Amino acid sequence: MNSVHDMGGLQNFGPVLPEQREPAFHHDWERRAFGLTLAMAGAGLWNLDQVRAARESLPPAQYLAHSYYQIWLDALCKLMLDRGLVTSEELADGRMRAPPARTRACLVAERVALALARGNSAQRTLEGAGRYAAGDAVRTRVVHPPSHTRLPRYCRGKRGTIVKVHGAHVFADESARGNGNAAQWLYTVRFAASELWGPDTTAEAIHVDCWEPYLEDL
Amino acid sequence: MAHDESHHRQQHPHAPAGGPEHAHASELTEMDLRVRALESLLVEKGYVDPRALDLLIETYETKVGPHNGARVVAKAWADPHYREWLLEDATAAIASLGYTGRQGEHMVALENTPRVHNMVVCTLCSCYPWPVLGLPPVWYKSAPYRARAVIDPRGVLADFGVSLPQDVDIQVWDSTAEIRYLVVPERPSGTVGWSEEQLAALVTRDAMIGTGMPRVPPPTEQVRA
Repeated sequence: MNSVHDMGGLQNFGPVLPEQREPAFHHDWERRAFGLTLAMAGAGLWNLDQVRAARESLPPAQYLAHSYYQIWLDALCKLMLDRGLVTSEELADGRMRAPPARTRACLVAERVALALARGNSAQRTLEGAGRYAAGDAVRTRVVHPPSHTRLPRYCRGKRGTIVKVHGAHVFADESARGNGNAAQWLYTVRFAASELWGPDTTAEAIHVDCWEPYLEDL
Repeated sequence: MAHDESHHRQQHPHAPAGGPEHAHASELTEMDLRVRALESLLVEKGYVDPRALDLLIETYETKVGPHNGARVVAKAWADPHYREWLLEDATAAIASLGYTGRQGEHMVALENTPRVHNMVVCTLCSCYPWPVLGLPPVWYKSAPYRARAVIDPRGVLADFGVSLPQDVDIQVWDSTAEIRYLVVPERPSGTVGWSEEQLAALVTRDAMIGTGMPRVPPPTEQVRA
């Protein structure tokens, strides 16, 4: 989806403002919002790509105006409402009115350390070999899917070179539709900065991780 | 040097993604109430184990952080075999030190050299190698960084007070899939014979993202070493 989350190359946002001795969280509610988001991910009702899709499909003005953990909360509430886990009346005051919906699991304290240490591997198995090998010249496709994609606009229709083959990985575009095991070959593609930006860049090269459906032969 | 006072004052922890505007105090209270209501609702419904919630927060607030990545980099500086392994198979080399899991399942290490400087960004959201660096700082998730790193990394470096010679190529890595990147900065001179622990103290978070450089050893340390 072409929206404001796809920020690469935008100008006029001002300087980057590093903060000295920055704490992990700036408000207690951020701490709780972070924990709630991870805990609810443990319920197994949505995958990471669906979470990303929920965040980036917030109204653009809201996405730009809200702070990071506000966006997390907005997306969490949206995911829960969409799946009937909560009602908007319940979200308004925190009082339970409807009985709990069925979830696949609840992340209990005893499982937290293991779940975090294990993570969620995106690696999958595909028959045969990928279409491309390191050194191959490719071009990214010119596509504008109205749904979740991880091919940024700044590198669509651009010539690049495969620098690394990562094997088969869960394909974000499909995973965001709930197809969490749909895999495609994943490559790191190197783009000369001039291919992306002409003379208006201070980079030498930009590397973008691209699944095979993002690429075509050159 | 890296951060001046005016920047520090401008930075507001509640800065929205779109810019450093200040939120109103009443909004913060509203957020506190909203999240408290949400937490009690989700606990009451049995979706969230409150002890798990506390543990999740505690893990990322107190245990996981850039000190993990600093240990990885220091080991790579001190041990050529480890360095080679890290550059060849970062996931395994990092896991050997006990750093695995969520948002670090597939790691790639990027080595800086006198001619190449690497910088990592996630233009689409906030992908970041949690097991080695902890949770990302606000600036990493902010619009200014996500917008500019891929087109003007030298401008970004200037915001951090870093200036690189013109003959250094800047390579940017946009974390668009589940590969997470760790920059291995150059080992500072004047550190011959230093232990991994001493070296790790020189490795900053920003140096491992590519927006900063390692600390320079103080002259007294150099003499002692």
